[in-house]
Amino acid sequence: MASSTITSPPTPLINKKDAGLSAFSSQASFSVQKSQKRVCKKIVSVMAPQQSERRPATTGSVKTGMTMTEKIFAKASEKSQLSPGENVWVNVDVLMTHDVCGPPAIGIFKREFGENAKVWDREKLVIIPDHYIFTADERANRNVGILRDFCNEQNIKYFYDIKDLGNFKANPDYKGVCHVALAQEGHCRPGEVLLGTDSHTCTAGAFGQFATGIGNTDAGFVLGTGKLLLKVPPTLRFVMDGEMPDYLLAKDLILQIIGEISVSGATYKSMEFVGTTVESLTMEERMTLCNMVVEAGGKNGVVPADSTTYKYLEDKTSVPYEPVYSDEQARFLSEYRFDVSKLEPLVAKPHSPDNRALARECKDVKIDRVYIGSCTGGKTEDFMAAAKVFLASGKKVKVPTFLVPATQKVWMDVYALPVPGSGGKTCAQIFEEAGCDTPASPSCGACLGGPRDTYARMNEPQVCVSTTNRNFPGRMGHKEGQIYLASPYTAAASALTGYVTDPREFLQ
Amino acid sequence: MAASASIIPSNATATAKFRATSTAATTPLSPPSVLKFPSISPNYPSTKPLISHSALPHFQHKPLSAVTPPNASSTPPPTATASTFHGVCYVVGDNLDTDQIIPAEYLTLVPSNPEEYKKLGSYALIGLPSSYQTRFVEPGQFKSNYSIVIGGDNFGCGSSREHAPVALGAAGVAAVVAESYARIFFRNSVATGEIYPLESEGRLCEECRTGDVVTIEVADNKLINHTTGKENKLKPIGDAGPVIEAGGIFAYARKTGMIPA
Repeated sequence: MASSTITSPPTPLINKKDAGLSAFSSQASFSVQKSQKRVCKKIVSVMAPQQSERRPATTGSVKTGMTMTEKIFAKASEKSQLSPGENVWVNVDVLMTHDVCGPPAIGIFKREFGENAKVWDREKLVIIPDHYIFTADERANRNVGILRDFCNEQNIKYFYDIKDLGNFKANPDYKGVCHVALAQEGHCRPGEVLLGTDSHTCTAGAFGQFATGIGNTDAGFVLGTGKLLLKVPPTLRFVMDGEMPDYLLAKDLILQIIGEISVSGATYKSMEFVGTTVESLTMEERMTLCNMVVEAGGKNGVVPADSTTYKYLEDKTSVPYEPVYSDEQARFLSEYRFDVSKLEPLVAKPHSPDNRALARECKDVKIDRVYIGSCTGGKTEDFMAAAKVFLASGKKVKVPTFLVPATQKVWMDVYALPVPGSGGKTCAQIFEEAGCDTPASPSCGACLGGPRDTYARMNEPQVCVSTTNRNFPGRMGHKEGQIYLASPYTAAASALTGYVTDPREFLQ
Repeated sequence: MAASASIIPSNATATAKFRATSTAATTPLSPPSVLKFPSISPNYPSTKPLISHSALPHFQHKPLSAVTPPNASSTPPPTATASTFHGVCYVVGDNLDTDQIIPAEYLTLVPSNPEEYKKLGSYALIGLPSSYQTRFVEPGQFKSNYSIVIGGDNFGCGSSREHAPVALGAAGVAAVVAESYARIFFRNSVATGEIYPLESEGRLCEECRTGDVVTIEVADNKLINHTTGKENKLKPIGDAGPVIEAGGIFAYARKTGMIPA
């Protein structure tokens, strides 16, 4: 059966070229929204002009080179060769779901496969309650119960359950934010296919695998069959070279990219991140990079696996894996090059992740609060980064500063790991001395607003600098809330001044 | 907007959607950045019958002989599988993200539960900022007066929440016509069969105004705006068509023998 069932809409692959974006050649075959362009000409100058597509060998018997993503698709669909645009049935290695989308997906699974149907593989499903956990909302609590009943019924191996909402530490299985938990628990492996009922499932691409978000109906389908029909995406390549300045984090890199190509610049495409800078990034930083691929409309993000990846996975998984890498002659839709040394700390201004601006140019923006958390900016290294800024300043924050560790592990690190240069202090101690709020119970928290009683939810029209991933109207609660997306460095610096602040104010 | 009001006789036994039409004539229109009044083409007959006497939830309606040729089946069934959509449209701008379609606090509702499915409909597009002065679903209602949503670029971007196309479908939306879609939203629309995701040629969101009465002829790839008298081209639905017509991915998979019936 070769007919394509689910395909992308016939998009107008016209390059709506804006004169200000000199980096886009006429080859760029994705639509860039004129209305969303926020080009800062100063930053454009660091990007080298796009290179043309590399042509593969043209003798008939030579196989066309494939990109990493194409290779993963080929392996998962048991084909030796395929090209972007093809629709193939892929075998799913891991399916993840959480408390918001799990119950609907389960409902669909039972409706379509029968009340007594069994999931395709009880070890390949990972169920992670994380979205609406520490709340009195009855339906939210009921939904965790639905997950529990299903896991008991199906004898699901990986269910990170929580029962005692008053004390998260009393729940030995509970982890927290799904994307961070997947990595920490060893479910992300190079070369595999990981699907999740959450748009930020693309985070796992940091491990050199194909990872993307799907809806409840697709998930219901996977639950029953272990397969999904997916279209092979073409790949955009982002080459980042140079030594990472000590005031920049991966968040700045991805905000740079999204600001460049817009919130629909990577729609239906894969984003591949390579270069010496990427190679120097830790796994958590690579996760931050891939996390926001969806904010550019991307289908998935990938970072080639290397020794950093293997080291991270050493103590986390014993499942054998086989990394794949883009061929020399692989064809990319476009290539973008960055000299990282020329980049500066950024923010995404309200109300779009592509509304990019230099942090220092927003120094007159008065803020009401700072939020440090989520899969994007609530990992151990994100808190270490924030602590570094508070330590360098030695002063107290001027606005309420909310800290929500992504997982139990992160929370423990915040309270246990010494911060370099602090004489043995932990992040928690530094945060306390700086007057931040006490680190909260790990979950998605207020990144997406949530039920009204969610900790740190924005219930008034305030201005917030946040290490999260989206700032569309109403994202964190109040429709008139103004959210500036930023790195943990920038968020901490802003907390100290009460204005949007470039972290170099404290780090240099 | 007297011209538009005269098209609708005051004694119309109209369904709610026509109250919306006359309301739209007097309230500021969306997208919020532009205050424009629809121009009525001088060629457009003023005695066009816009009243629907049927009680069908989806706005299947006798074709307007002055504008479109009669459809082969003059009373299409009240489901989304018809090749014609007719109703009042609601216009939104670019990058209409899923948080605006259905804010996070409502995601505790599980769509596979009929009561909760219905409730989701009542919250459709409740996340729109206050610059949108016309509400999509009136307070206390479960369905919208608008059965067609017209959008700009990147419709449905952001979160993968399937509750988004589901909420629109539950509210009675039959079709969305956008300039382009975000992939997960498009995929979810096709997989669920809740709404028909069509693509326009050009900026329909700048040509149409909330409250315009439109007809979509899917087979002919066209949208007719009865309020302005203009016709717009749509892109063919392509490979996703059979999946939507079948009623979603599961129905399609059974039809093609991919999973047992």
